[in-house]
Amino acid sequence: MTRGASRWRGVARSLFSRPSGAIGATLVLAHVALAVASPWIVPYDFKAISAAMILDAPSVAHWLGTDQLGRDVLTRTAMGGRQAIVVTAIATPLAVAWGGILGIWLGLAGGRLDDVLMRVVDAFLSLPWILKMLLIIVTFGAGIGVLVPTLAFFYGIPVIRIARAATHGVVARDYVLAARARGHGRPAIILREILPNVLDALMVEGAMRWSWMLLAFSSLSFLGFGVSPPTPDWGLMIADARSFMAIAPWAGLAPVVALSSLIVGINLAADALAKALGVDRAAAPVH
Amino acid sequence: MIRLLLRRLALGLGTVALVSAMIFAAVEALPGDACTAILQRDASGQRLENCRRELGLDRPAVARYLDWAAGALRADLGTSAHNGKRIASLVGDRLANTLLLAGCTLALGVPLALLLGVLTGLRRDGASDVVLSAGAIFAMTIPEFVSATVLIFVFSIWLDLVPGIVTVSASAPATAFFPGIVLPVVVLTMVMTAHVLRTVRSSVIETLESDYVQMARLKGVPYWRMVLRHVLPNALLPAINVVALTIAWLLGGVVVVEKVFNYPGLGHYMIDAISDRDLPVVQAIALILAAVYVGVNLAADMLTMVLNPRLRTLRARNG
Repeated sequence: MTRGASRWRGVARSLFSRPSGAIGATLVLAHVALAVASPWIVPYDFKAISAAMILDAPSVAHWLGTDQLGRDVLTRTAMGGRQAIVVTAIATPLAVAWGGILGIWLGLAGGRLDDVLMRVVDAFLSLPWILKMLLIIVTFGAGIGVLVPTLAFFYGIPVIRIARAATHGVVARDYVLAARARGHGRPAIILREILPNVLDALMVEGAMRWSWMLLAFSSLSFLGFGVSPPTPDWGLMIADARSFMAIAPWAGLAPVVALSSLIVGINLAADALAKALGVDRAAAPVH
Repeated sequence: MIRLLLRRLALGLGTVALVSAMIFAAVEALPGDACTAILQRDASGQRLENCRRELGLDRPAVARYLDWAAGALRADLGTSAHNGKRIASLVGDRLANTLLLAGCTLALGVPLALLLGVLTGLRRDGASDVVLSAGAIFAMTIPEFVSATVLIFVFSIWLDLVPGIVTVSASAPATAFFPGIVLPVVVLTMVMTAHVLRTVRSSVIETLESDYVQMARLKGVPYWRMVLRHVLPNALLPAINVVALTIAWLLGGVVVVEKVFNYPGLGHYMIDAISDRDLPVVQAIALILAAVYVGVNLAADMLTMVLNPRLRTLRARNG
């Protein structure tokens, strides 16, 4: 256990010693902290409408101006990532867990089941993400109770492939053969021999999945299929601000910067994490 | 080698068949059908039954699936539940528009990505590499609707150089899309260039460290000759698969970009069809996109196999 702990300390140090990793991890941590603390520190009520100050320019009272309903942009931007971060932060570990375990199992077991299930994986991957997500959302709505399992399911499918390939990389190693020879069952081999050795690849993949999920979540909100008003959400705020871009660019600028900084931060951190762990972060396939 | 290619082809066709069944089953599982979409509020009792009998929706699902699949093979995709028109012609125009968008993006992005990828790979950790690699992370991770919104603000509202929205109809000739197509192409090119650049860069770096390149170096082969003869032929092979993935993404994943710019392409049409619950259209578009995805990946795998002698003797890659 202590060896594991010191390894993670080493990885964390290596992550922060790279400029990209330090910037990325700081951005991510700052966003998570803001998402947790924002309800207590924002200056205004996020749904307080005011007809007297519609699309006001930035001022001392409203640092980032107001939107088309006279709501404070700073308040709404600070709170605009909460829904997205909560949903994706729950869905990402779920996706990595189920995709990872199934992928390792298939990589180890092989055979007919592996052949058939990999064809199903191919079939799922051949459809654009937005088609799959929208079909679920128009039927069941876009509540957290729908989005979390849906994202976890669809974004777990590519993880199967990654975990399966990583398992193929270690399955013929001596320690796995030794465990087999000792007569350990498959669950024990997966837990004790394979999982520790593919965990690095899965963590990097998890970081990537998180960023893809955020992209999906905010794109859906932007298109009007996600978060419903008046809940503040970056995607929704950008969509609203587009109509007033010519007269009030500030209403859109803040959520653009907020969303971009979180997603870029995750990717910088994922990149540095991959280097720190020595994982070959495969050319991320366009999802 | 012929056997390997045929095996790969069969796998691809099998995947398309599987997707078609999955799409049909998924749409079947959703509440509502073509008749509830056509009749809307009147969808109850006798009228609903008549409509279902008329469209053959009262037959068992397997029979309807086989009919649909057989029709799709003859390029007959049925009729829209929304306006009763032939889906093949509705989709055809939009597919052509999306192909135009994808074609422009590829023509611009692929040469750019290969060039920049090779340069950054050769100048690893140099100033140009650091800047371009950081830029690539930016370009490929920022959501398309964000970069689109920013570009519209800068180039269309602020500088007033190009239109920020496409206002031509779906059946307009290709020339009518200029200059409105410029910004969508730029947004898509940014993302695809970043992806391909990263692959080419890491592939060039890997090849530079290989034994045969070291050998060529030690032998005293001139630098550019070494790059052209020893590095590039090996380093560019992985780019084929990434470009294929990008093509598939260009046809299916441009949904958001088409919507932002009001571009009358397939992705835009798909969102509208899903919102309208025009299920026959959704099925048709899903099938086309899946077939394209499988098709380009198949083509890329085959091309790689043909170009890379080492893969000819290996087991067909099906991972």
